[in-house]
Amino acid sequence: MEGDRVAGASVLTQARSHLHELFISGRFVVTSELQTTDGADPQEVHDAAAPLVGKVDAVNATDNSAAHPHISQLAAAKLMIDAGIEPIVQFGCRDRNRLALQSDMLGAAALGARNIVCMTGDDVSAGDHPEAKPLYDVDSMHALRIARIMRDEGTYLSGRKLSSPPTFLIGAVENPFAPPFDFRPARLEKKIEAGAEFIQTQCVFNVERMREFMKRSVDLGCAERAWILAGVYVPRSARAVNYLREVPGIEVSDEVIARMEAVPSERQEDEGVRIAVDICQQLREMPGVAGIHLMSIKGDHAILRVVEELGLLPRPEIDEPAAAV
Amino acid sequence: MAKTLDRRPPQTAPDPRGPRKALLLIEKSMKEKVYDCRMCGQCILHSTGMSCPQRCPKNLRNGPCGGVRLDGNCEVVPDMKCVWVEAWEGSRKLPLWRSHMFHVNRPVDWRLQGTSSWENLLTRRDHEAPDGWKAIESRVRAS
Repeated sequence: MEGDRVAGASVLTQARSHLHELFISGRFVVTSELQTTDGADPQEVHDAAAPLVGKVDAVNATDNSAAHPHISQLAAAKLMIDAGIEPIVQFGCRDRNRLALQSDMLGAAALGARNIVCMTGDDVSAGDHPEAKPLYDVDSMHALRIARIMRDEGTYLSGRKLSSPPTFLIGAVENPFAPPFDFRPARLEKKIEAGAEFIQTQCVFNVERMREFMKRSVDLGCAERAWILAGVYVPRSARAVNYLREVPGIEVSDEVIARMEAVPSERQEDEGVRIAVDICQQLREMPGVAGIHLMSIKGDHAILRVVEELGLLPRPEIDEPAAAV
Repeated sequence: MAKTLDRRPPQTAPDPRGPRKALLLIEKSMKEKVYDCRMCGQCILHSTGMSCPQRCPKNLRNGPCGGVRLDGNCEVVPDMKCVWVEAWEGSRKLPLWRSHMFHVNRPVDWRLQGTSSWENLLTRRDHEAPDGWKAIESRVRAS
């Protein structure tokens, strides 16, 4: 089965997660991100999760996104599970060395998380603690492979045995919109070789560049070896897209800016939803795209409108908690 | 060459003596000048188009992050060209080792910081890896 490409370790008889089950079934998948929260009250996470229950298939618990501290992604993931959402737990390499990565991956699995996604992470210089010491002990490829060692070899990186290995599905991210463009599909392939089984991409605004990236990734065989979710940002204001344009690694097309600026501010969210829906419809037709990963800033309502307008509701229910062998 | 950010950890290995020291000084004087080498002691320059990956502010050993600017410059140091953009371009020009850009490089052994990678190559010290890594590497190779 596709879930076990590094041959051998265990024969997979069941999907590793609800997300995995949907991937295997070939259905068009929708994932999103939990709005970050900054409080000690668990109710805040529950409130952030509530609008997404049953509307998307899995939701990222982000790891200090944009290099700003927020509630721990492990705690958020656990609270999401309690709220009825399947989390995808992010692991960045900025705030954790190889010891902390492993203990937290194990902890995430023990708390019931069945999907993780590994990434480098924004640099501390992009956040509100630029004076911090970033770690970058290992990179995202190493984190993927470490997760794979724990799951498939049943040991820590050191070789020391785990008493019960995690069974999670392992994902990575890729940005088709940052140089060197020619290397990006090969880098995707490299992430798959390092252990990634699914991919979430950076936000697609430049559909043509995405098409070229997907074409070359499909030619390399990536789409047969991993499920690729295209990232889509749902803009809610012209200000937001103009801000996004300044973020390194995000390419916002002039057309999107023009469309957002052409309407008065009270109708900009409607226009943003239309833009996101347009992009999603093109992505749906693109060979190799297994689904979409919707992002927004404080825009759950806008995300839900996109899911609805795409005709992707209702989402398949999470039945029994999926257990992998 | 822009030398704008240096995040390398302090050296923990004891200073070498005699011929080992001579080897270290020769390597250091050459590579620091030519490649802005950061003396990680486990050189993979030939795999990275002769662009030293330890100059990357995120210490990436396996390719660029997602934050590379549209002009090809670094997310963290905006006036420096991304070392991985240089690596990709450089690797396409090399007569050998071009495919090494597609290999998964091992995590850094930080104990080797400040030591001679030439010595570590000769003694095969740079071939050491944690047991878990070796296990999955041989499995991936076999498949």
